[in-house]
Amino acid sequence: MKTIKVSVVTPDGPVYESDVEMVSTKAQSGELGILPGHIPMVAPLQIGAVRLKNGGKTDFVAVSGGFLEVRPEQVTILAQSAEQADEIDVERAVRAKQRAEQRLNEQKRENIDFRRAELALQRAINRIEVSERKF
Amino acid sequence: MASLRDIKNRITSTKKTSQITKAMQMVSAAKMNKAEMNARSFVPYMEKIQEVTASIALGSKDVSHPMLTSRPVKKTGYLVITSDRGLAGAYNSNVLRNVYQTIQKRHKSPDEYAIIAIGRVGRDFFRKRNMNVILDIVAVADQPAFAEIKDIASKTVGMFADETFDELYMYYSHYVSAIQQDVTEKKLLPLTDISSSKKLTSYEFEPSAEEILKVLLPQYAESLIYGALLDSKASEHAARMTAMQNATDNAKELINSLSLSYNRARQAAITQEITEIVGGAAALE
Repeated sequence: MKTIKVSVVTPDGPVYESDVEMVSTKAQSGELGILPGHIPMVAPLQIGAVRLKNGGKTDFVAVSGGFLEVRPEQVTILAQSAEQADEIDVERAVRAKQRAEQRLNEQKRENIDFRRAELALQRAINRIEVSERKF
Repeated sequence: MASLRDIKNRITSTKKTSQITKAMQMVSAAKMNKAEMNARSFVPYMEKIQEVTASIALGSKDVSHPMLTSRPVKKTGYLVITSDRGLAGAYNSNVLRNVYQTIQKRHKSPDEYAIIAIGRVGRDFFRKRNMNVILDIVAVADQPAFAEIKDIASKTVGMFADETFDELYMYYSHYVSAIQQDVTEKKLLPLTDISSSKKLTSYEFEPSAEEILKVLLPQYAESLIYGALLDSKASEHAARMTAMQNATDNAKELINSLSLSYNRARQAAITQEITEIVGGAAALE
């Protein structure tokens, strides 16, 4: 089967590089699946998992926002932070989740910190779910 | 002439100092290598984001975004990157002198500018002179992760968006090589000089170019700040390494000249003693 080159890049260096058959992820406008030969496209991503299918195997990468650049022969995901499923520090994510929940209980809704805590909670939940491969 | 014991004390203390500077030199050399590697691993991200930003901003004419358009300047922001500690030769003073002179030249009152300081030396320098420091971050790690400065970077970009200032310059020390670092001034916002050496691709936008710019441009500006920080960290360690090497060399030279005068003084003391004994013996005859 045809494959497409995928790289996930963060400011701290490349996280994932490989040839896969299909990339599927959640863009801000909805679920998105990309096969080789896709037209050039750019889309912002949600906090979520990127699934990379190759043969019978699926790799998971947790991304925190960022965006996706597609070319016919290459997909690049630029995110401010991203981890492969087995590299996620689950303990840290659990702690971050508790912290965020605690902050959400203390803050008022319209507070700017509330929004930030919400995002932090989303990121933590995403990491935990990706590490458990719940998708 | 100083006594034998004085000279000996100075030799010992100089030796100890040179041991310390030698150790610091080696530590800085290791840190510099690491910082250089960090800066290198950031390059693919930067290149890619630059390419995409250029494709979108230059490729489609009808897109606009506040971060791309210049507006009348009422207040200018200066982002200054320095180190937390000294003992790095002229590393900090070069940057600070440059910023200070520029500000004195460009602005008449402190209302016309605002300073964002990364690093303790820079913060203290501007605070002491009662200059308008609106945001600062100290104790940035030697090998900073993006998460550490995400906060200050996004606040800085946010301040441009909510018109706290209307343009933003960045001052840092650019790493050329282990022995050369240049102070660099870079206009960060508005993003007017986006260019790409690669061929521009025309993209489909999902959902629209405006929506993407909204996500992309802040991320782009934040990564420029992070890139500058990595660059100046590499410079810092290089500058400190050179400074410490000079210190070690100077200490060696000092020890040599002190040993020389120690030996002279010792010889003089022996000669004097012999003269005294001979004199004493002659008096007995």
